[in-house]
Amino acid sequence: MSSIPYILEERPDTGLNNSRLGIWIFIASEVMLFGGLFSAYVFLRIAAPEGDFDYWGSKLSVPMATFNTVMLITSSVTMIMSWASLRMKQFDKYKMYLGLTILCALGFLVVKYMEYTSKFHHGIFPSSSTFMGIYFTLTGLHVLHILGGLFVLIYFWSPVGKRMYDENPDLLANRIEVTGLYWHFVDLVWIFLFPILYLL
Amino acid sequence: MSDKTDITVEEHLEIQHHVKTYINVFVALLVLTFITVAVSYLEISFIEAFFLAVTIATVKGSLVLGFFMHLITEKQAIIWILVSTLIAFMILMFLPLVSMTDHTNIW
Repeated sequence: MSSIPYILEERPDTGLNNSRLGIWIFIASEVMLFGGLFSAYVFLRIAAPEGDFDYWGSKLSVPMATFNTVMLITSSVTMIMSWASLRMKQFDKYKMYLGLTILCALGFLVVKYMEYTSKFHHGIFPSSSTFMGIYFTLTGLHVLHILGGLFVLIYFWSPVGKRMYDENPDLLANRIEVTGLYWHFVDLVWIFLFPILYLL
Repeated sequence: MSDKTDITVEEHLEIQHHVKTYINVFVALLVLTFITVAVSYLEISFIEAFFLAVTIATVKGSLVLGFFMHLITEKQAIIWILVSTLIAFMILMFLPLVSMTDHTNIW
């Protein structure tokens, strides 16, 4: 049994274990973090000269962003499949699906790197315009979230995951469930970033 | 050490049923992504395009929240945390609109 109480077992007062409650409260705070920036986007768009956001938005690559959307959606489904595999006590499948999630995250980051460097080569920086300022801020913060999640995914894919599974498979399933909730949230943020930055 | 074979046939079938749902949601998300891109090429006004894009994104987001994040079967405590977050989020979203009614021209 874990030395920290209510990691796996439900608390009688909340009906939840602390892991799930904790990650949901964290996600709620993340909603407000991104919410502030989405609000800034709306404010800047309203105040911008007519056509300014359209002009700078047209410099972004829709095919690259569409590819990245597919990458993140795929990573979300492989993430939940890794959790489902753990619940079915299929460790090999868990490793395969988690590995695919890591590959999708890396694919996303590579494409984002290409997008950013392409902009820099064309002399486009966050200081170039209001649109580019909010574009780099929103996508940069999102990339930081992808990076943070990627470290956690690699940690559980490493031999640490196997060791935890051998000691307590339910604990690993719980860790992957919580990591998955965070990962789906990162996907959720991109689902809204994609149309407002690239398509509108 | 825990027993790794302590899963019943019923549990196994139930998880497999969930897996089918995850695959269906995945396909729906892919289709909606391509619809989002397709409608962005339509010759419609900004307001129409905005509402269309946000509506599709909301449907996609609901699918992720409901099925991947299991919100449809989540406990009341989580639902209330998210409802209060949503209210605060909507206030944030409507704040910029207040600026549209500001005609004081202090600059």
